[in-house]
Amino acid sequence: MSKPKVASDWLAGCAGCHMSLLDMDERIVKIAELVDLRATPITDLKEPDASGVDVGVLEGGVNNTLNEEVAHRMRKRCKVLVALGDCAVFGGVPAMRNFFTIEEALRRAYVETESTDENGRIPDDPELAVQTRVRALHEVVPVDIHVPGCPPNADVIFYVLSELAQGRKPELTGNMLHWH
Amino acid sequence: MVAQKITIEPVTRIEGHAKVTIHMKEDGNVEHAYFHVNEFRGFEKFCEGRMVFEMPLITPRICGICPVSHHLAAAKAADEVMGTPPPRPAVLLRDLMHMGQVIQSHGMHFFELAGPDLILGFDTDPAIRNVVGLIQANAELTLKAVNLRKFGQQIIEFVSGRRIHPTFAVPGGVNKALSAEDRGKIQAGIDEAIKTTQIGLSIMKDWAEKNRADIERFAVLKSGYFGLVTPNNGLELYDGNIRLVDQEGKQLECFDGRNYLDYIAEHVEPWSYLKFPYYKKLGWPQGVYRVGPLGRLNASDRIETPLAQEEMKLWKSLNGGKPVENTLYYHLARLIETLFAIERVAALLDDPDILSTDILNTRTDFKGEGVGVIEAPRGTLFHHYWANDKGQLTRVNLIVATGHNNWAMSEAVDSVAKTYINGKPVTEGLLNRVEAAIRAHDPCLSCSTHAVGQMPLEIEFYDPQGSLIRTLSRNIA
Ligand code: SF4
Repeated sequence: MSKPKVASDWLAGCAGCHMSLLDMDERIVKIAELVDLRATPITDLKEPDASGVDVGVLEGGVNNTLNEEVAHRMRKRCKVLVALGDCAVFGGVPAMRNFFTIEEALRRAYVETESTDENGRIPDDPELAVQTRVRALHEVVPVDIHVPGCPPNADVIFYVLSELAQGRKPELTGNMLHWH
Repeated sequence: MVAQKITIEPVTRIEGHAKVTIHMKEDGNVEHAYFHVNEFRGFEKFCEGRMVFEMPLITPRICGICPVSHHLAAAKAADEVMGTPPPRPAVLLRDLMHMGQVIQSHGMHFFELAGPDLILGFDTDPAIRNVVGLIQANAELTLKAVNLRKFGQQIIEFVSGRRIHPTFAVPGGVNKALSAEDRGKIQAGIDEAIKTTQIGLSIMKDWAEKNRADIERFAVLKSGYFGLVTPNNGLELYDGNIRLVDQEGKQLECFDGRNYLDYIAEHVEPWSYLKFPYYKKLGWPQGVYRVGPLGRLNASDRIETPLAQEEMKLWKSLNGGKPVENTLYYHLARLIETLFAIERVAALLDDPDILSTDILNTRTDFKGEGVGVIEAPRGTLFHHYWANDKGQLTRVNLIVATGHNNWAMSEAVDSVAKTYINGKPVTEGLLNRVEAAIRAHDPCLSCSTHAVGQMPLEIEFYDPQGSLIRTLSRNIA
């Protein structure tokens, strides 16, 4: 049997969940043996294989049109989708933006902040993604496995990936759902 | 030939999502290349109304690679707001934790993010040009690199109890003293960390020797340089005055970071969510400067630890005592700083106050406003809070490390695109060099877009009328 293909990406998060994945330290070598690491932020393939991957992992909630695109593409191309970390699971800290309008948040950042000069304006180039309400991943695409934590502990991430790599569905119970 | 636009998206092996667009002329030369940062999260707005003591917990979520820098900048700003200067042992412990942050972030960047380009080569197959490819090419070296990152992360863990998003610093100090046992565990790892960093330095120097021609033509930029210094103008990462030197290395300013609004301002471009800070007296864009490892070594005269100072002497000789302008030397500067950080860990652990339990000042002299400044791995980080008399925030301003380098990254992308792509058939390896121009700065786009968040990289070819002709996706899947 060929190794299961795994792809990952980050949306509206902080990269901390991917850092926690690296916090498995030398066990990363074990994961590299178990799975075929495809497009991720630390590899150079740009998107998950068009022919599909076995496991897709997404960190971060969805807060703009680009994140929506990435989430839909990952969902289409992976068999099992993992929401990694509190941001992906329920929106996390970035979802605090929902207490304000997007316009208010943009104005503060690009016009009103004390250090912004008098020519400050809200960036609006067509190259840029358009901001939306911040949503958990499951509000945008169906999710198969939720791994909470900010970030989830490296041991939990290792358990989830190695179970999936061996074709099993990880059961997250007890301490694995708690973090400190 | 029809003019085109090339899009690289996402830029990989950097933190966050970015995209590059290269606008081509009809003759196949590059018109201009843009570096777009593509997300916005809005921390400056949604932190309004939070309590000041929550900020060291909320703001690390700006960035999971340098959460400690945000945690500590927030705590420093909160010390000021509350008027609670921390006792000396608490300052030492914060500094120690911050060195752990610098070691893990710099170590990871050199070996795991930039390393595949330097050790495997810019033109290697993108399917293996990554850390897994490194494991296959040199398992022993990769394990050493993994252990260097682990050493840094464990310092953070021993000091604070967590590796990512710590809950350690509070206004007026810290909430946990260091045990003698944990001090011993950190000390046990110092020698190996120094050795691995020295291996990195020799890999880097060897690479520089063989790729001199690339270094000399790869985004060599003139700018000012900016960073914290000790009272003797030595390299400083935790606390000090900010020194700004010009392109010749002459001091323009040396100021207390609390007064940053008198010295720097931020410019906005419509094509990026990342703002462009500049030195106010020279204005935009004359007042641009660089931060991070290269900016800091250029802005300081010496390093006050012995092994790193030896390397600093070599650094100062690279351009005859003047600032080093070559973007690819960021990698060398990063390793020299790593060496400094490890030596500083050793010195801090030897300090008689490091095990003290006098770690929290509970007397307050409420000020209602405070600025916290620190050298995050990627450059100078500012947190500025205003609070009402209950300690609830009314306004928040953040200027984040990677932002200061926005001009440099944009300029480097344009310069590298012009140097390498002009008139030549565009290959994946050439596009990877454009990405490497960004990667050298080790941007942290989540940080820079606290404010702004994430960035993918794609290259689109546009014609002179601005219509999209072709998108170059580097997928080989
Ligand atoms: S869950 Fe926490 S660690 Fe993960 S991306 Fe969100 S803020 Fe970062």
